[in-house]
Formats: sequence, C-alpha cells, structure tokens
Amino acid sequence: MATSSPPSRPESARGPAVAFEGVSKAYGGTIAIDRVRADILPGTFVAIVGSSGSGKSTLLKTVNRLIEPDSGAVRIDGQDVADQEPHALRRSIGYVFQNIGLLPHMTVAQNIGIGSRLATRRQLPVERVGDLLDLVDLPRAFASRLPEQLSGGQQQRVGVARALAGEPGLMLMDEPFGALDPVTREALGEQYRALHDRLGLTTIMVTHDMAEALLFADRIWVMAAGRIVADARPAQLIAGGCGPEAEALVAVPRLQAERITAMRDGV
Amino acid sequence: MTIDWPRLIDLLAQHVQLSFAALGLALLIALPLAIWSVRNRTVASITLGFASLVQTIPALALLALFFPLLLALSTLFGDAISPLGFLPSLLALTLYALLPILRNAVTGLRSVEPAMVEAADGVGMTSLQKLWLVEAPLASTTIMAGVRTAAVWTIGAATLSTTVGQPSLGDLIFAGLQTQNWSLVLEGCLAAAGLAIAVDLLLGLIESGIAHRRHARIWGAGVALALGLALALWPSPQSDKPVVTIGAKRFSEQYILARLIGRRLEAAGYDVRYREGLGSAVVYRALASDEVQVYVDYAGTIWTNEMQRQDPEPRAAMIAEIARWAKAQHGVQLVGPLGFENTYAFAVRPDDATRLNLKSLDDVVRVAPDFVFGTDVEFLERPEWQMVQKAYPLRFKGRRAFEPTFMYRALSLGEADIISAFSSDGRIAANGFVILKDPKGAVPSYDAILLASRSAAADPRLIAALEPLVGAIPVEKMRQANYRVDRDANKQSPADSAAWLDTAISTKTKGKNR
Repeated sequence: MATSSPPSRPESARGPAVAFEGVSKAYGGTIAIDRVRADILPGTFVAIVGSSGSGKSTLLKTVNRLIEPDSGAVRIDGQDVADQEPHALRRSIGYVFQNIGLLPHMTVAQNIGIGSRLATRRQLPVERVGDLLDLVDLPRAFASRLPEQLSGGQQQRVGVARALAGEPGLMLMDEPFGALDPVTREALGEQYRALHDRLGLTTIMVTHDMAEALLFADRIWVMAAGRIVADARPAQLIAGGCGPEAEALVAVPRLQAERITAMRDGV
Repeated sequence: MTIDWPRLIDLLAQHVQLSFAALGLALLIALPLAIWSVRNRTVASITLGFASLVQTIPALALLALFFPLLLALSTLFGDAISPLGFLPSLLALTLYALLPILRNAVTGLRSVEPAMVEAADGVGMTSLQKLWLVEAPLASTTIMAGVRTAAVWTIGAATLSTTVGQPSLGDLIFAGLQTQNWSLVLEGCLAAAGLAIAVDLLLGLIESGIAHRRHARIWGAGVALALGLALALWPSPQSDKPVVTIGAKRFSEQYILARLIGRRLEAAGYDVRYREGLGSAVVYRALASDEVQVYVDYAGTIWTNEMQRQDPEPRAAMIAEIARWAKAQHGVQLVGPLGFENTYAFAVRPDDATRLNLKSLDDVVRVAPDFVFGTDVEFLERPEWQMVQKAYPLRFKGRRAFEPTFMYRALSLGEADIISAFSSDGRIAANGFVILKDPKGAVPSYDAILLASRSAAADPRLIAALEPLVGAIPVEKMRQANYRVDRDANKQSPADSAAWLDTAISTKTKGKNR
C-alpha cells in the first residue's frame, strides 16, 4: 500500500505477544477447539489454515472474545483477555472479516472513524481519515462515499483502514480476502503484508487459501479437529515432514504450481 | 348543506389530540418491548401474541370493555380516573396501535444482517451503542412502515371514541348515520380520511428521509407533524360566558332535544357544547361525573338500567323515586318530565294486524312462531325484554337487530314482522304501523325526564332556564319533530327541527298562559 509515513505509530513499536493456554470450546457435544496451547512472538504474522470445521475461526475469535472459551485462557502480552470488558478489549484490537461489515448508513469516513466515535465521542479528524485511506491505497475523495458505491475490494480496503484506525498492535483477520477475486486478493494480501511489517503489527489471519498462507505468513498453524497439528515456517511446510494434514494442504498449491510449470514448458 | 366549520375544526383538533396521544404512547410502549423481544424469544412470543390477540377484538368492543374496568378503578381511586371520554379512548387506541409497531420493529431488528452485528461487536460497541448506531438505523425504515400503519388505523378507529363520550370526528359520522344525514357522515369520513392521508404522507416523508439519509426531509416532515399537533392543542378562545355541556344518546329524538335545550340555554346567556352519540349506559355516568351537565333520559331506562329495578311502579311514584335516588347517589337533579313518553312499543304492519287480528301482545303469542322480531341493537339485552318475556310467552321464528333507522324500514320491507319501536317516533304513524297493546303492563313507563348534574343543579339561573321545558312537549309535537329528521324526503337537521319544536311549544304555552 502507500509508502508515505505511517500514522503516528512509533517506528520501534512491535505488536504484542499472544498466548493460548489450553483453550477449549465445545458446542453441545461437538468440540470446536480442544485444549489449544500455542505462543505467538511479538510482530509475527501467523496464518491459521485447516479444513472447514477444524476450529480455526473459533480459535481466532477467542482472542477478542467474540467467542468465550469454556476453559483455558488467552493472554495478550501476559494479560488475560477475560480481565477486560469485551468492548474495551475489542477497541484495542483490529478486526477484519470476510463479510467486511461496513455500516451501510455511514460514509467511508464515518465507518473508518467509528472506533474513535465510540471511545471519545469525537469524529476522526479529516486529516487522519485521509492518512488511513492513503495507507490502504484508496483515493482521499472516497471519504464522503457510501459503502454501496464501492467495489468489494475497495470495501475491504476500508475494512482494513477501519481496523487500523485505533492504532492497534494486534490484527485479527478472519478470511479477510476470501470473497474477493484472485487478482484483488493477491494485491491486497501483498499490500497488507507490507503494512504489517511497516507498522510492526502482530497479525493472526485465518485463511482457507494455503498459497496465501505460504506466501505472506511468518508461521503457519495447521488445525485439524480443534487442535494445532503443525506449527511451522512456510519453508518447513513445503519441505514436508509436518504430518499428513499439513501434507494434504501443501499438496494442493504445490501440484498446481507443478502443472502450470509443466504446461509452460510443454509449449 | 352548510358545513358547521367551528364544530368541524374543534372535532378535528380533538381527534388529532387523541390519535397522536395514543400513537405516541404506543411508540413508548412498543419500541422498548420490541428491543426486549428481539433479545428474548419467550418475551417475543408473549408480546406479539398479546398484541395479535388485542387486534382480534373489534375496536368498538375494546373501547366498551374499558368502561367497566375503569369504572371499577374509579371506585377505588376516586375522580382521578374517569371511565369515560379521553382515558378509555386513549387506552383502547394505544392497545390497537401496538401490534403494527411491535411487529415491524421486531422484524426490522431481527433482519439486521449478522455481518453488521459482527462488525459492531468487532469494533467494540457496547450493546447500547450497537442498538443506537447500527440496529436502530438499519431497522428504521421497517419500523417507520409499522408506525405509518398504526397511525392510519388509530386515526380511523378514533372515530369510534364518540361512543364512550370522547368528542372526535366520529360525532359527525354517528349523528349523520342516526339521522340519515349522509352529507354529515361524508363530512366526518372525509375529514378523518384526509387527516389519515396527511399524517401518512408526512410519516412517509420521514421514512424516505431515513432511507435516503435526507435530514432536511426528516426534519421538515417532523416539524409539520409537530405544528399540526401544536395547532390541535392550541386552546380554543375562552368564552366569558359559562359553558354547559349537553349530552345526547344516539337517536334523532335525543339530538333534537339536546339542540332544543341548547337553544334555551344560549338564550339565557350560556355557551353550549354538545356530547352526542353517547351509549345509553355511558350518558348517565357522564352526568353523574359532571362531564355532561344536562340531558334527557327516560324514566324506565334509569329505573331498570341504573337502579336495577324490575318491579312495576305507577308513573308518578316511579319518577319521584328516581328523583330521590339520583339526588342521593350522584347529586343529580331531576328537573322534571318533559310531557311525553318514549316507551318500547311493539309495532306490526297494518295488513298483518287486520289479517291476523292482532291487537295486543297476547295476540302475538299465537303468531310468534311465524314472525321475525326486529329490534334495535340493545333491546334483546335489556331487562325490559326479560320483563316482556315473563309476561308473554313469545317464541319468535327469528330475531334481527338493526340500527333504529333501519328497523322501521325492515318492518315495511317485510324483513321483520314485528319490531320494538319507540312510541314517540314519527315513522310509526307515517308508515301506518299498528301499535300493540300491553295489557299486562310489562313494559315500564318511559317518561322523558330532564336531568341536571351536580354542578348544574347548583346554578339556579340554569335550572330556571330549563324549567319552562317541563311538561311542555306533548307526544304529537315530539313525533312531528322526530319525523322532520327521520323522513326520507325533505329531511331537516336536528338543529332545524329543534328550532321548529321550540316555536311550536312556545306558541302553545303562550296560548295557555293567555
């Protein structure tokens, strides 16, 4: 995204560490996540992959308490998230999800400034909205538009800007680019990774696109039946030896890449 | 016909006050209930179920049902609660307006997309902020649609509040129906419809303003509505004359007598208001609570309905007993009998009377199995009918209830074979109907009696203005006056007929005095 100076976040800042300490959640008799233990170092970009129903979204939402675990704790920089009021906690964490959820009766600027309005009852200054639009590579003139006047990709850029408006150190992304076309998805993914680095964020992203995880994340968690069955760097996953679930997921983009290469060589 | 503009505007203002108050109260109740219902399924099924149940009760019945309820409450809490007029109308209309508002608000709030709720939670809204910033704005067009429906219903149903003694545009409609003055009915209907359409349009503007985020539109329509309400609440110019409210039940004779009393009181320097179209049970209550100061009732009605007596009594004794009872119970003064009787009189067509040799109710017992009995809407529920049945074993082929006007027509058209007519009605003689004798004296005496409320009784000048009417109206004159209003051709308004009657009885009394 744009290369102008990042909004008022100090250069040295690093996103927080996140720790899952035996987190479990069940719905009726079905176990969604099962005693998950894992640590995320400050400033890491973690991608959670796995088949549908493996518990990856549920795990993500225990961090900002959209889902309350039955047992275990989630800590951000050592502090239990359960110690804070849910709405106060969520205001300090950026959240981007597949359905975007821009409020249709508010302009782009009002959507971006919603967090500020909640916390301080004040609108976000025009200049700050402009900076955030720069950051997600949207024209500043979009500030006065309504969400319905924007394409899906543009809407999700606003979604990212809204999540960043409160200057969070931690970003939670639930299949953020899943509903976008492949070209837009690729561009947004790449631009977001650059932002993650520049703003020094900690990012947890749930995705069903293994290629996206391999290309943008520092670490990849593979989930199956509510547990993390593999926790590895992208290169390690591609090299293999991380278990059958990881193998199956990596096999897809690998096979696609091989076939595309073969086609090109065949011409 | 000419339109009585001051009266129309006064009724319109009362109509606006009542329907706006009911709508406002319904909003205050329904919106919080809707929010609660969306968060709790059990509450939703209870509130929506109750609101739907209320809707199945006809508006007229709902209004009437509040009368005994509030009457009971008023005996507990005293005069603060009036079982008549504004309060029962407000409560009934509010209940009626609940369903459309509640149902639309619940539907609107439930249909807010989950993504919006997730976004609202995700950015850290408290549940109150979520309601105010997300759910309410997104549901607002659906909610407004419900408010519009409720507004139109309420304005329409408010016409029925006339029956419990609350002035509204229904006064015109009921008076017009009873006297078959169709232009008066039309006047009331058009005014109510015009009001409903205007309010609906303004609410529609607010709705579209919300949908398209046009704040000017919302404010403009809101200000117009507020202005309309302010005009309706604007106090009518206070007259420096004392004001007397005259009551009337729902038939021509009552409208005429109310106007006759009004003429006399105006001549005596009083300012007169009319509360017309009141139900039989309602009007005496209104007098007892001093909301109405003067009206004409009938001895037998007070005797059976108010005093719960069924024992026959000679006329003079009955009137004396009523006077004593009314004074003791409610401070009501019986000014005196007007000089004519309006009793239930059983009437048949002249050809039947001759062919079947019908002279008295005893003769009817014989032919009853072949006869259809036509009555006014309340007769079969009245104690008089019990008393008649006790005296004469009447088993009719069928029974049909009519508004009084249509009852006479039904007899002449053969839709009914015998009717419970009113003896002072001009249409009996005009149609040549034969009145049957009541040899067993089952029907009590129905002398028209002039009643004055506690406050009116304390005003000697007012009583003095009324006293010349005592004993002054012979039944023939009353029948003629009634017929002037009830006849099909060349109808007169009750006011015109009252003017005629006033002259007719004045010249007669003067002649006597000379």
